[in-house]
Amino acid sequence: MSSIADRTHDWSGEAAAARRRRRYAADRRLRIYGMSAIGIAILLLGILVTTLVFTGYRGFIQTTISLPVTFDAELVDARSPTEGNYREILSRSIEQLFPGLEGPALRRAGQILTNNAQFLLRSAVYDDPTLVGRTVDVAIPASDPYDQLNKGIIDRDLPENRRRLNDEQISLFEQLEEDGRVETRFNWGLFFNADSRFPELAGLAGAIVGSFFALLVCFLISVPMGVGAAVYLEEFAPKNRWTELVEVNINNLAAVPSIVFGLLGLAVFLGWFGMPRSAPLVGGLVLSLMTLPTIIIVTRASLKAVPPSIREAALGVGASRHEVIMHHVLPLALPGILTGTIIGLAQALGETAPLLLIGMNAFITSPPGGLLSSSTALPTQIFIWADSPERGFVALTSAGILVLLGFLIVMNGIAIFLRQRLEKSW
Amino acid sequence: MAGYAFLAIAVLSIVAYFIGQSAGRRFQAQVGREVHSLPVYHGAFVAVWVGIPALILVLLWLLLQGMVINQLLLASLPDDMTNGVSSARLSLLLSEIHNVAAGRIFTEPSPAIVEAAERYAVWERIARWAMLVVGLSAAIVALFVARSRLAPRFRARNGFELFVSGLMIACSVAAILVTIGIVASLVFEAMRFFAIVPPTEFFFGLNWEPQMPIRADQVAGAGAFGAIPIFVGTLLIAFIAMLVATPIGLFAAIYLVEYADSRVRNVVKPLLEILAGIPTVVYGFFAVLTVAPAVREAGSAMGIAVSPNSALAAGGVMGIMILPFISSLSDDALKAVPRAMRDGALALGATRAETMMQVLLPAALPGIVGGILLAASRAIGETMIVVMAAGLMATLTLNPLDSVTTVTVQIVTLLIGDTEFDSPKTLAAFALGLVLFVVTLSLNIVALKIVQRYRESYE
Repeated sequence: MSSIADRTHDWSGEAAAARRRRRYAADRRLRIYGMSAIGIAILLLGILVTTLVFTGYRGFIQTTISLPVTFDAELVDARSPTEGNYREILSRSIEQLFPGLEGPALRRAGQILTNNAQFLLRSAVYDDPTLVGRTVDVAIPASDPYDQLNKGIIDRDLPENRRRLNDEQISLFEQLEEDGRVETRFNWGLFFNADSRFPELAGLAGAIVGSFFALLVCFLISVPMGVGAAVYLEEFAPKNRWTELVEVNINNLAAVPSIVFGLLGLAVFLGWFGMPRSAPLVGGLVLSLMTLPTIIIVTRASLKAVPPSIREAALGVGASRHEVIMHHVLPLALPGILTGTIIGLAQALGETAPLLLIGMNAFITSPPGGLLSSSTALPTQIFIWADSPERGFVALTSAGILVLLGFLIVMNGIAIFLRQRLEKSW
Repeated sequence: MAGYAFLAIAVLSIVAYFIGQSAGRRFQAQVGREVHSLPVYHGAFVAVWVGIPALILVLLWLLLQGMVINQLLLASLPDDMTNGVSSARLSLLLSEIHNVAAGRIFTEPSPAIVEAAERYAVWERIARWAMLVVGLSAAIVALFVARSRLAPRFRARNGFELFVSGLMIACSVAAILVTIGIVASLVFEAMRFFAIVPPTEFFFGLNWEPQMPIRADQVAGAGAFGAIPIFVGTLLIAFIAMLVATPIGLFAAIYLVEYADSRVRNVVKPLLEILAGIPTVVYGFFAVLTVAPAVREAGSAMGIAVSPNSALAAGGVMGIMILPFISSLSDDALKAVPRAMRDGALALGATRAETMMQVLLPAALPGIVGGILLAASRAIGETMIVVMAAGLMATLTLNPLDSVTTVTVQIVTLLIGDTEFDSPKTLAAFALGLVLFVVTLSLNIVALKIVQRYRESYE
């Protein structure tokens, strides 16, 4: 009767088997494409991380020379340690370090130490005035080329004219190595020094403090405003054209390129309101405008996740709408809001472009003292270092990136922990 | 001074809270359950009226004080110093006055400047004290007014809640204010740019050389602000990025939805999310450090000359950055296809590949296209990767091995360092920013519309 029933198919025949093989092969191909796509993505992530680690670990170590220094009481007075003749103290120490050298040869040898060595001696005396009149070994960072030599970046086997250091310089350094004066230490300066022109002295302290201030401002502005807006839109707002406009507006704001926020900050905060350039306050304001949509969206999602039965129960026993929100809904939504806030702040921490436009990429050699003093931030400091020509800054840039990623991992880890520990499923 | 003002306001509102609360307690003791609101609400009512208006007043004062004083200073300078002078010169004068007032004297200032600096210091001091006085008196007046309204039958809770509602509405309006601020600042500065450089030249010109010193009579003839090479460069890099990201992201999503078991998904998805969470400055450094040299070496091994900051390297790294967006948005779109369609296809004997390619993918296509548009808007607006890895020279080319520049690169290079709001060079950045904003916004709106309509069709 039916044509389908009449048609006979030879499912086990040669033609059908060939068709089946073709179809299964297509299936396998798609699976292989998918696996290789994921493989490529993970491989790229792996390459990214390994390059950073392999160039960055050198930024965490620093070659130092232990220099025998005599703080001659004639040259420095323990009562006013800032006024001593440290230049002379240093050159005597260098003479002592390289006996038998003099004149230009000695001066060249002195370049093994960092340029700022005399200021390091000064701060050593400033910290401990009892040093005056004694002879002690002071660990002075080696200057960039020698640091590179010690870390093996400069190949000693290359012909002399293709190296940054000639044979004489290398033999001087090797002599120090034989004397046991060369040490490789953890580079605490990376965390406690501010920026410097010399890679061996440059550190992230200023950038970390600047980022902290900017994030503080961002947090103080974007969280109350974001939560307030989200509660209103989710719990109180009538559904009309006006609230719809606000909603569309927030969704689109979340996708505006970050550099446009930088332009806004430059034109409005710096241009119209005359706020200072490079200040963490302005950086924080711009970042808070960028974080605001994220926090609103996340907060609304976690308010939505609180079941209506909670609200109805509270209303049923006579709570006002505000009391329902304040006493019941918000506390229950808090873990989600916190998680979203931390993720939003982590995004703000990594944001670079808007900070460039408001001048947070200045060369500043001391940590900012407040919200209005000039400062850099972690990502802009990385950008500055990435642009610096000295070879040593490559390792420092990678090290800075690893520090930034470390902060991001910690923040996201806290967010994930909070989500898993506190979030309820209803 | 601002810190003291905030501190004083905070202390006052805490005091106000306790005053209100104890008033509420007294009412309770006097009339028992007849009191409308709990003591807490009496306290909170007084506290918000004391704290918030004063706080807003002080913030506005801080925001406007600098502007007002600067205007007064300029008005007080002798006429021959300010008459008919460009605004760049005026801002220089102002900063000189500020420097002299702060004791940072580099060259011997003119007597008029010294006088102005003295006036500035005095006005600054007056303004600060005035702010403290105004803020505190506002708080104290509010304290008395609010306290006098408290009574056993006073609806303190409703008053407090009304206030909080008002604050929340203000917060939602702030989100709109941000958009208005963006549009206003971009349009305002771009209008000033187009008053100097005609829009036709900007949108159709083929020559972009903003770094040239430009005199008023030179602008029209030089044709230095033709943005076509920049737009082409932006699209080229974004296209390369999409070329890298779309296939990888889409196939990854297909695998995760259809083939991977939950164990693989639990490992791979967070890894892709890491890719999305890495700051763009890191990708930029990666492009400069690893990818660009690798591309260059590969090129020279094949005997092709590759520019050190080729569009290929910048676009490729940008592709890695947007890959996770495409994969997660496609993943969502594929998952949103009703399960019945998938089960139906499988039940008819289709292989999983056939189900995917002939049922799920066509059904999810609008969502996927929306996701790709969102990713494209991100690629166009991305800044740090191209600032670090793409070129600065605006060359009109479609060759991915050449160096091209993008809108965002030009904005950053034009605005880095000290900026004058007068030169067409600075204003050009705002014109570019306006174009960028309009393009990314339209892409987003279209994409969100597509995604939304598609979602509705299955709900």
